[in-house]
Amino acid sequence: MGLFLDFNPFDNLLCILLGISFTVWFTLLLVFIIVPAIFGVSFGIRQLYMKTLLKIFEWATHRIERGAKDNNHLLYKPYSNGIIAKEPTSLEEEIKEIRRSGSNRDLDSASVFEMSDIFYFCRQGVESIMDDEVTKRFSAEELESWNLLTRSNYNFQHISLRLTVLWGLGVVIRYGFLLPLRVTLAFTGVGLLVVLTSIIGFLPNGRMKNFLSEQVHLMCYRICVRALTAIITYHDSENKPKNGGICVANHTSPIDVIILASDGCYAMVGQIHGGLMGVIQKSMVKACPHIWFERSEVKDRHLVAKRLSDHVEDKTKLPILIFPEGTCINNTSVMMFKKGSFEIGSTVYPVAIKYDPRFGDAFWNSSQFGMVNYLLRMMSSWAIVCSVWYLPPMSREEGEDAVQFANRVKAAIARQGGLVDLLWDGGLKRGKVKDTFKEEQQKLYSKMLVGTQEDRSRS
Amino acid sequence: MLLFCLSVEMGSTNSTLSKIPNVEELMQETGFTPAHIVRLYDRFEALDKEKTGHLRPQDFGAINRLAMNPIGDRIIGAFFSPGQETVDFHSFVRILAHFRPADKNRPKDPSMPEPVNNRTSKLKFAFQLYDQDKDGKISRAELLQVLRSMLEMQVTEEQLESIADRTIQEADLDKDDAISFEEFRKSLEKVNIDHKMSIRFLR
Repeated sequence: MGLFLDFNPFDNLLCILLGISFTVWFTLLLVFIIVPAIFGVSFGIRQLYMKTLLKIFEWATHRIERGAKDNNHLLYKPYSNGIIAKEPTSLEEEIKEIRRSGSNRDLDSASVFEMSDIFYFCRQGVESIMDDEVTKRFSAEELESWNLLTRSNYNFQHISLRLTVLWGLGVVIRYGFLLPLRVTLAFTGVGLLVVLTSIIGFLPNGRMKNFLSEQVHLMCYRICVRALTAIITYHDSENKPKNGGICVANHTSPIDVIILASDGCYAMVGQIHGGLMGVIQKSMVKACPHIWFERSEVKDRHLVAKRLSDHVEDKTKLPILIFPEGTCINNTSVMMFKKGSFEIGSTVYPVAIKYDPRFGDAFWNSSQFGMVNYLLRMMSSWAIVCSVWYLPPMSREEGEDAVQFANRVKAAIARQGGLVDLLWDGGLKRGKVKDTFKEEQQKLYSKMLVGTQEDRSRS
Repeated sequence: MLLFCLSVEMGSTNSTLSKIPNVEELMQETGFTPAHIVRLYDRFEALDKEKTGHLRPQDFGAINRLAMNPIGDRIIGAFFSPGQETVDFHSFVRILAHFRPADKNRPKDPSMPEPVNNRTSKLKFAFQLYDQDKDGKISRAELLQVLRSMLEMQVTEEQLESIADRTIQEADLDKDDAISFEEFRKSLEKVNIDHKMSIRFLR
C-alpha cells in the first residue's frame, strides 16, 4: 500500500508533462508548418536554418582539413574528381615527359615513335574506365564541406574530439527531433491528400471542382515539402507550364515530383502501383484527371502516345509532368516516355532541377536502397536544398525529328542546371561523335611525330 | 529501431562490402583499401546497366572517353581473357590493380608473390596491348596495327612502315624481326613506369 502511494504523484506528474509537451508540439506544428503550408506563406525559418547550418559545416570542414594537413594526407572529396586524381596535362606534354625519362638521347634526335608512347593512351583509357563524367556529380566550385552526416564522410580518420561531439549532437537532433517531426508531417500530408481528394471526387465536374482540387493538391504537396525540409528556390516563374503543354524535367530523385507539384498543378503520368502508392494514385485521379497506366499498357507505345496526346489537346486539362528518364525503377518505362513525349507535338516546357549536395545527398541508388530506406535517409538529413529553373517553352521545329528535339531540350536543361549533358542515353547516335573525337586525338599525336620527322629530314 | 537508424545513417559502405564475395581475398591480392573497393564496385554497377553482375565489351564501349581513345578497343580487350565474353567484378578489380602506384614501404619478401602493381606487371600489361595474338612477341605487323590505330588518317602508309622499321631496328636485339618481352623491357628500362602507368587514387 505504501509503495503504491509513493508512485502515484510521480505518475501524475509524468502524465501532465507528457500532455503538455504533446499539446505544445502540435500547436507549434500547426502554427509554424501546416497553416503556412495551406496558404502558401513562409516564415523564412528554413532560410535561417540553412544559413546557420552552412556556418557550422564550414567550421567542420576546416577542422578536418587541418587534421588532414597535420598528417599530410590527401582528402577524399566526393563530388570532385571521383575516385582518382587526374592531372590536366596535354597529350604532347605527357608523351614528351615519358620519352624524356626513358631516352638516353637528346630529344631532338630521338626516334619518331617510342614504344613508351602507348603508356599515355593506356593510362587515359584506364582512367576513363575507372571514372568519367557519366557518374553524376556537381561542378567543382561547390564548397566541399562536411555536412555532419556519416554517410557523406569518407575522411573518418581526421575527426577531432570536438567534431565528434558536434556530430553526436547532430545525430540526436536529426533522429530525435527532426525525423519524428518530418514523419508526422509526411503522414499528415499524405493522409490529407487521400481524404480530401476522395471527398472532392464526389463533386460534379466544373470550375469549382478544378479550383478546389488545385488548392488541395498544392496544400498537401506543400506539407510534404516541409516534411522533407526542402528549401526550394524557383527561378523564372513566368515560364511556368500552361495548360495543354508538357512539362519535361530532369530526374534525379523521386522527390522531384513533390518539388515541382508544390509550385504548380500538373497532371501526373505513371504506372499504377500497388499498396500505399496505389491508394494515393486512385484517390488523386478522382479529383482531377491524372494519367495512370496499368502495367500491361505501359509496353504499348501507341496507347501511351494516344492517351498523352488526347490529354494535351484538351486545353482545360492541366499540363502533363513527364520525366523522360522515368519515375519508375523499371527501365522499360524510360524508353516508352522518352520518344513518346517529344513526338506528341505540343509545346514543351523544360524545367531544370538542381540539388545542392551540401545538406543532404538526394540521389537515389535504387539498387542500394529501397524506397522506404531512401525516404528515411532524406528525412534524417539536414535539409534538401534545390533550385528550380523554368525554361522558356520549346516546340519541335521543321525538319527536326523527335530524337533531335529531345536532344535540344536536354541540352537546354543541362546548360541551365549546370549539369553535365549526359542526361539521356540510348537512342542517341553516338557513332559520329566518337569518330570525330578519336580523330582529334590522332591528329594531336601525329603532329608530334610527323612534325619531328620533318625536322629530321630538314637537318 | 536504433539499429535501423544506424544502418540508415552509416549509409552503404559496410553493406556494399558485404555484398562482394571473397572481398578480403581480393583486397589482399590487389592491395586496394575497402574504400577503393567500394568506389570500384559502385563504378562497376554503374557500367553494368543491365545489372547482370558481369560486364561485356559493349558496357565498356559506352564510356565516351574510352570510345575516343585511339587504342580504346585494345584496352577493353585487356579485360577479357581469351575466349571469355564477360568480366566479373573480381577480374575487373584485378586488372585495375595493375594501375595502383607501387607501395613504397612494402618490404621485399621473396616468399610472397609479386604484387600485381609492380614494374614487370605494368610492363606486361602494356606489352599485351601491342601483342594481340599473345605469342610473346610484337611482330612487325602487330606494331603496324598499333601505329595505324594511333595515327589512322594522319600519316601515309610509307611513313607508318618507316616508323615501324626504325622502332624494330632499335629494340630488336636478337634480330628476329620481332620484339620480345625482354627486348621491350630493355628498351624501356629508363622510363619511370610507376609514374606513367599508375593512377593515383584519392584516399
